[in-house]
Amino acid sequence: MNFKLKDIGPQLLTVIAVVLVFGFFTYNAQVNMENRGIDFGYGFLSQESSFDVQFSLIEYDGSHSYFRAYLVGLLNTILVSVIGIVIATILGVIVGIARLSPNYLINKFAAFYVEFFRNIPLLLQIFFWYFAALRALPLPQDAEAMFGIAFLTIKGLYVPAFIWQNFNIFFYSIVAAIIAIIVIRYQAKKLQETKGKQTPVLLISIGLILVLPLISFLIGGVRLSFEVPVLKQLATTSFIYEGGVSLPPELIALALSLSLYTATFIAECVRAGIQGIGKGQKEAAASIGLTPNQVLKLVVMPQALRIIIPPTTNQYLNLTKNSSLAAAIAYPDLVLVFAGTALMQTGKAIEIVSITMFTYLSLSIAISLFMNWYNNKIAIQEK
Amino acid sequence: MSKINFLKPDKSNLNTFLYLGSFLFFVSVLDVLLNSFFSLNLTGFLPGFLSYFLPLILGFVGLYFIRIELSGIKHLDQLNKHINTNNFNAILSLLIIFIIIKSIPPILSWFFVDASFAGDSKDVCTGTGACWTYIKVWMRRFMYGMYPNGEQWRINLSFIALALLGSVGYFATDKFKKYLTLYYVVIYPFIAFLFIFFFISGGPVFFDFSYGIIAAILSIIIGFFIPSKFKFYYFLIVPFGLYILLKYFIFYEELIELGKLDGLNWVETGAWGGLSLTFIISFFCLIFCFPIGMAFALGRRSGFPLIRYISIGFIEFWRGVPLITVLFMSAVMFPMFLPADFFIDKLVRCIIAISLFEAAYVAEVIRGGLQALPRGQYEAAKSLGMGYWRMHIFVILPQALKLVIPGIANTFLALVKDTPLIFVVGLLEIVGMLNLAKTNPEWLGFAMEGYVFAAIIFWIICYAMSKYSYNLEQKYKTDR
Repeated sequence: MNFKLKDIGPQLLTVIAVVLVFGFFTYNAQVNMENRGIDFGYGFLSQESSFDVQFSLIEYDGSHSYFRAYLVGLLNTILVSVIGIVIATILGVIVGIARLSPNYLINKFAAFYVEFFRNIPLLLQIFFWYFAALRALPLPQDAEAMFGIAFLTIKGLYVPAFIWQNFNIFFYSIVAAIIAIIVIRYQAKKLQETKGKQTPVLLISIGLILVLPLISFLIGGVRLSFEVPVLKQLATTSFIYEGGVSLPPELIALALSLSLYTATFIAECVRAGIQGIGKGQKEAAASIGLTPNQVLKLVVMPQALRIIIPPTTNQYLNLTKNSSLAAAIAYPDLVLVFAGTALMQTGKAIEIVSITMFTYLSLSIAISLFMNWYNNKIAIQEK
Repeated sequence: MSKINFLKPDKSNLNTFLYLGSFLFFVSVLDVLLNSFFSLNLTGFLPGFLSYFLPLILGFVGLYFIRIELSGIKHLDQLNKHINTNNFNAILSLLIIFIIIKSIPPILSWFFVDASFAGDSKDVCTGTGACWTYIKVWMRRFMYGMYPNGEQWRINLSFIALALLGSVGYFATDKFKKYLTLYYVVIYPFIAFLFIFFFISGGPVFFDFSYGIIAAILSIIIGFFIPSKFKFYYFLIVPFGLYILLKYFIFYEELIELGKLDGLNWVETGAWGGLSLTFIISFFCLIFCFPIGMAFALGRRSGFPLIRYISIGFIEFWRGVPLITVLFMSAVMFPMFLPADFFIDKLVRCIIAISLFEAAYVAEVIRGGLQALPRGQYEAAKSLGMGYWRMHIFVILPQALKLVIPGIANTFLALVKDTPLIFVVGLLEIVGMLNLAKTNPEWLGFAMEGYVFAAIIFWIICYAMSKYSYNLEQKYKTDR
């Protein structure tokens, strides 16, 4: 037999300890719930929620169920995370490259940005933008139009809405363009490997993604018009914009502070990644006759991405988790809608907190699985 | 003098280009400067669009003229190398210079020139600048929360004492250097614990504090006579043992009686707050999360599958959820899991929650260090006949921890920056106090000053910590 007490002992003790702790908690929870007359169960999810949410991506009001309220919160969390991730990535890459610039001023400016925003707690930044900066914006009736179509006011940002006709044709044209680009890239790679011929893939791709949707406009009957927000007077001093899309100030403050904060970390990841590529790599690439663009595209970036992606994934996860700070400024995200209002109304502490935690856990795992897949795809296959 | 080609500045007409270029550059900077500081517009006679962009155009042409390679003038070459390598960089440099010049006057006037410092009521804040009077009036609240004014010397005294005790390491002579680890790992946290929870909290437990001090001093004195072989175990056990002995067996009855006569006033943890609470929470979470994290890092690399899976589950669970939900859990869900008559203080629950949360991050950082060590280190230690614990304590962990100083420092920085989140459970540290002060009807409208003030404080703390960790990293850097 391979089993020995030395191997089993510590494991057994640990498991017993874990089981005892969990058993203790479960037992107490049962006793407490019996004493207070609370019953455990997820049946409340289908009950009528009877509370309103001020900003929702899907149709929702008090007559919908708690489950729908949960979906509203989840979608709002995803919305702010996606906006934050996109802006933070763009900003982070720019600042990260700027930190490596030979230009002294740009370099120091980027360094100042990173050191400044990184060392101030995120919650403080959110409060600053929401309670101090965005409160200084004009009232709706005093707001000046930006480019004649958008209005930035104390009540939020009002932008025109797109009104499409035959949107599905436009959508199919874009899908067709993307498929065509993938096919062309594949063919170009094959052509390069077999015959050594190079194809201007980038130009063709840009052309395709512009031309195909354009054709859909010309002959497919696709029409696009804008619905510009219009000022409307509700009472003598109360104004509001109607039409278009309105982004609440909570969303703006949250997305702004999340992306400004996370961009500093992404910038550091990008800088470390590019610095991690040895000078010899670039020189070797140049010595076999690659142009500077090719050196960047074929030699530096593939290697730098390998270093950049794992820590950047962590930053995306952090951003998603940090979006829960929304509760502090009443942006109706998952924590505020579900773990806040719904919990207050139903009193189902264990169920609701566990669902919330499980949701975040799943979001985290989803992001890290996706990024792991991408990381594996670009990793150099060692033989 | 050779023919001048204005599109190609070269060395043969160096002086011409230099004078012309510098002149244009300085005119452009001067224009922005006058515009920004004295609201003068030199180029106001031009049409609006041109007047707006003229400094940029002039500066760009100026920089183009002085971009002469190998001019032989040291300063010019330096300038060209640093801010003026090509057209694109020249424009960016100009933009940054203009942004800096443009942003200095409003910032200066808000912070100092138009700001009000004197007085102690809202009436003095009439200017357009910041109202630092607000900060001055609320200073005690921002620093100490709702802690009674007359008792705040206790917090000050505790922090000063802990700072002095913490700096012992710098003054220790070589003879005492070998006890430093022991001091910082066991005795210092113990004393800190006594100070914070008994001295700051006060009440009858103040005498617990005195027992603790007596126990600590006694055990240090006796410690000198213990053979060094048992010293580690001695300091692990005796201070706590002595304290419990004193508390429950020796002076218990008499001193509790005394405590009812004149002890320190009891201040409940709900009244603690402000920046001091930030320090207290960061300090304890820092102390607790490190050993827990180390345990789980070792557990995750353990050879026992069950221990490994439990560790992985623990780490991934805490890393996957946001801190705010963890605090929610500690506030609303955790009391359900305890016996009905068993009550844990809000602050303690908070510290436990944050410690467990940060421990998961610490564990991952330490695991990184453990993985980075070459296998040879493990094998060498094993070949010397060391067991698991000896190997880790004497060979592996000292090297691994040295490697992960930056990572650990980042985690601790994150911890300090996460403390404002305790508003979820109703504890108000400095950011929470700011939000409270902001809603005071007598002091409406000073949100900006408060947030700027807190931002400066946090920035100084975090920046100092990151610089310190950088120094540590350099100090312990070993050539591998």
